[in-house]
Amino acid sequence: MAKRDAPEVNAGSMADIAFLLLIFFLVTTTIEVDSGISRLLPPMQPPEEEPEIIKQKNIFQVIVNRTDQLLVEDQLMGLSDIKEATKKFIDNGGGVGEDACSYCQGMRDPSSSDNPSKAVVSLQNDRETSYKMYISVQNELVAAYTELRNEYAERTYGKSYEEILTEFDKVYLGKNDKLKEQIEDIKKKYPQIISEATTKNN
Amino acid sequence: MSRFKKGKGKGTPGISTASLPDIVFMLLFFFMVATVMRQNTLMIENKLPMANQVEKLDKKDLIIYIYAGKPSSQYKSTYGSEARIQLNDKFADVSDVKAFILAERASKREELIPFLTTALKVDSETNMGLVGDIKQQLREVDALKINYTTRKGDVQGNFNN
Repeated sequence: MAKRDAPEVNAGSMADIAFLLLIFFLVTTTIEVDSGISRLLPPMQPPEEEPEIIKQKNIFQVIVNRTDQLLVEDQLMGLSDIKEATKKFIDNGGGVGEDACSYCQGMRDPSSSDNPSKAVVSLQNDRETSYKMYISVQNELVAAYTELRNEYAERTYGKSYEEILTEFDKVYLGKNDKLKEQIEDIKKKYPQIISEATTKNN
Repeated sequence: MSRFKKGKGKGTPGISTASLPDIVFMLLFFFMVATVMRQNTLMIENKLPMANQVEKLDKKDLIIYIYAGKPSSQYKSTYGSEARIQLNDKFADVSDVKAFILAERASKREELIPFLTTALKVDSETNMGLVGDIKQQLREVDALKINYTTRKGDVQGNFNN
């Protein structure tokens, strides 16, 4: 008797294993997607056009100075407090007549904003302001709007705005009309009006 | 009778390589899917600030990138340590931004132009003066949709270092 053959390995299922691995990696790999805070810059104004006049009480002024300090409505404030202050301002709903806000939960202080759709958050910065501070403030302002939208959606539709948004992403196209309507409504009730004034030069 | 035993005892048979193509294809597909082509080599420090109220920026073909930050260590001697703008693969001035946007816009298909977004990838240690200048330039060429690209995280993380 000479050498004996080793039994051949059955490779028939190799392809299956390969596909299994392929599918596993396909599912688990997340391709890195950039994300960030989206903003729409104001268009250049034709020189002959008068800028729209906004009532002082509808403007929420946030100034970040050169040493990254925050001045909110003429009050020095920390980064952690700005969200609450912004929410209070937007949701105030102090308007009467056609400016009245039926869904606002705020204090209805007549000296603060009339209506979320009228309330403007004006963010001013200095040339020396650091970018990270600026982004942090922007983030807090957006967070204030998101929380208000969440609260409104919770009251009206029984789930938060963010839940509606994630659900909207999951549902097939064509079946999401209702969700779309809800999102539109929430966005209309609390429109994000953040004005980034041009940088102060002095 | 001995005829049936003839085939045996002829050394080890080779392992079947029939599935090798499968494995290779699998790897190929995997890398095809997972690879993100880096368009630009960064010549600046680019530590993005953190934020948690972010929106995703998919549709990579609709995004124009503008980088800004301090030149990284190997370029410090040539370009100084003042924050600069980087467009494509070279340093640029504020005045170059307009031409860059127009050139990028011209290279895209016409129906996509209204949806173009400018992603500002700015280092967190940059002053707002530079960012403000870029924004002003963008307004002048009517590229109004911008996105401050950030990392995901709590804003407090921006200040602990």
